[in-house]
Amino acid sequence: MLERMEITVDDLRHLVSERALSGETMLLNMGPQHPSTHGVLRLLLELDGEVIVNCVPDIGFLHTGIEKNMEAKNYIKATVMTDRMDYLNTVGNNLAYALAVEKLLGIDDIPERAQIIRVILAELQRIASHLVWLGTHALDLAAMSVFLYCFREREMILEILEMVAGQRMMTTYIRPGGLWRDVPPGFAEAVRAFIDYFPARIDQYEALLTENPLFLQRVKGIGVLRAEDAIAHGATGPVLRGSGIKYDIRKARPYSGYEQYDFDIPVRPEGDVYARYLVRMEEMRQSLKIIRQALDKLARTEGQPVRTPNRKFVPPPKSELAHSMEAVIHHFKYWTEGFHAPKGAVYVAVESPRGELGFYIEGNGGPHPQRIHARTPSFANLQLLPMMSKGHMVADLVAIIGSIDIVLGDVDR
Amino acid sequence: MDAYLSDVVIPTLQERLAAAPTVFRDEVSFQVPAERLLEAARLLRDELGFDALLDVTAVDYWPEGRPRFHVVYQFYSYTHNVAVRLRVPVEEDAAEVPSLVGLYPSANWYEREVWDMFGIRFTGHPDLRRILMPYDWVGHPLRKDYPLGYEEPQFSFNFDDIERRKPRPRS
Repeated sequence: MLERMEITVDDLRHLVSERALSGETMLLNMGPQHPSTHGVLRLLLELDGEVIVNCVPDIGFLHTGIEKNMEAKNYIKATVMTDRMDYLNTVGNNLAYALAVEKLLGIDDIPERAQIIRVILAELQRIASHLVWLGTHALDLAAMSVFLYCFREREMILEILEMVAGQRMMTTYIRPGGLWRDVPPGFAEAVRAFIDYFPARIDQYEALLTENPLFLQRVKGIGVLRAEDAIAHGATGPVLRGSGIKYDIRKARPYSGYEQYDFDIPVRPEGDVYARYLVRMEEMRQSLKIIRQALDKLARTEGQPVRTPNRKFVPPPKSELAHSMEAVIHHFKYWTEGFHAPKGAVYVAVESPRGELGFYIEGNGGPHPQRIHARTPSFANLQLLPMMSKGHMVADLVAIIGSIDIVLGDVDR
Repeated sequence: MDAYLSDVVIPTLQERLAAAPTVFRDEVSFQVPAERLLEAARLLRDELGFDALLDVTAVDYWPEGRPRFHVVYQFYSYTHNVAVRLRVPVEEDAAEVPSLVGLYPSANWYEREVWDMFGIRFTGHPDLRRILMPYDWVGHPLRKDYPLGYEEPQFSFNFDDIERRKPRPRS
């Protein structure tokens, strides 16, 4: 097992065309330290003049062994690792992991209030993630002001997350069995203030970009992805919907009560960078619509529990520890050994801002998982980059990378 | 469970692959030997409408498990909105599975990841290189007998021993 792998130039020769060997085309290294690769993505480009003949992504610079680390922890402690994968969608990662563990354990009595809060936070996080995407994507295409506006609005969402979890990004707020705690007073008002303020801001971004001829020239007809290629290559999320497939896990396999909300799935048939832009812009509006409905529900569930009543899987309330031996035992077992999961495997997916985020979790009857695998959307979507970028200019490659909306923490894990 | 899954997919797979389904928490999985994997994938794609392979991963059952690995495939059908899972047992000394890249292009990077992390080879894969670890990395990190990565403290009496077995890039 421990023999060294020898890689020779011959093993890599098939990645580029014959013309590269004679020097007719040029090989150019882009990244991993490059502002337009959105993290540490390295691309080996074969260029004919300025036109891309081949594009070979090289990933793994941000690989931190999260899956290996999760296998060494118990199910509760592994939750904190999920935040650190896709750092723009921390709440969504917690949610996907919590849902998978709950399915593995067979917990099906998550209180309604917890589910509503999960939906509100997941949708806020989707908007925050899309704002980072929009800001950086526009910045790559030389629209500086959009970047500043987007980060200004994202700050409001991060403040709401800080309010509920004490942390702006690494929240670990959604946990197997429910939530860490109920939302603090003033949460609903803060969210409502944001959703009242934000629609005008989306209009402002659209006024800057959607009809802007400079922007349109950079995005229309660039990086076209056909629907059948998108499916065959495992694309999900806005990349898939930008190619005309009306598919959203929130509708197809609803979780956390998404079936109770009224919202649309934006779809565009063109499959180019502009289509993906339009899909994401509309998704932000739909997220606001979901949050508005969820806030009304939240007001009706005031004072209800936010954790499953099954004490095997959640810590007991502090107030019980003083007078209940049972609670002390549960508390001790929960925080030391953790709960045991049955033998068996589950795969649970949620719609993250980037696409299908799935957790494959296999239990072995003990407190540690046998295997946790995160099926991350950026990894699958990035696979399409060589196909989408062939025949375009290097400058268009920047637009295409931006439109896939990769997060390298999500790709490399 | 979805009617299409219980009435069409499970009986067809049961009959054609001579494999019994395992149902856990409403998720269906079939265990198929490596030599019938291509046939199973073709059946799923062409006849049963599973147009997407969403995930490929592996599980290591070291030290007790025989065979040591399972390669796990997650198929999904956009037309019928159902999912099915295939598990392929693999022995350690013959860690080879036919590649599905020809049928499902999405398998490309996932199979590279499984090779990188578990050392399972995919025959017929067009570009089976390491993907997440550096190209000259020694070992396959997600194997259960691979240490978690704490650095061993070196003292003067065992400095050379530990120095020798540290994984490091080729000079």
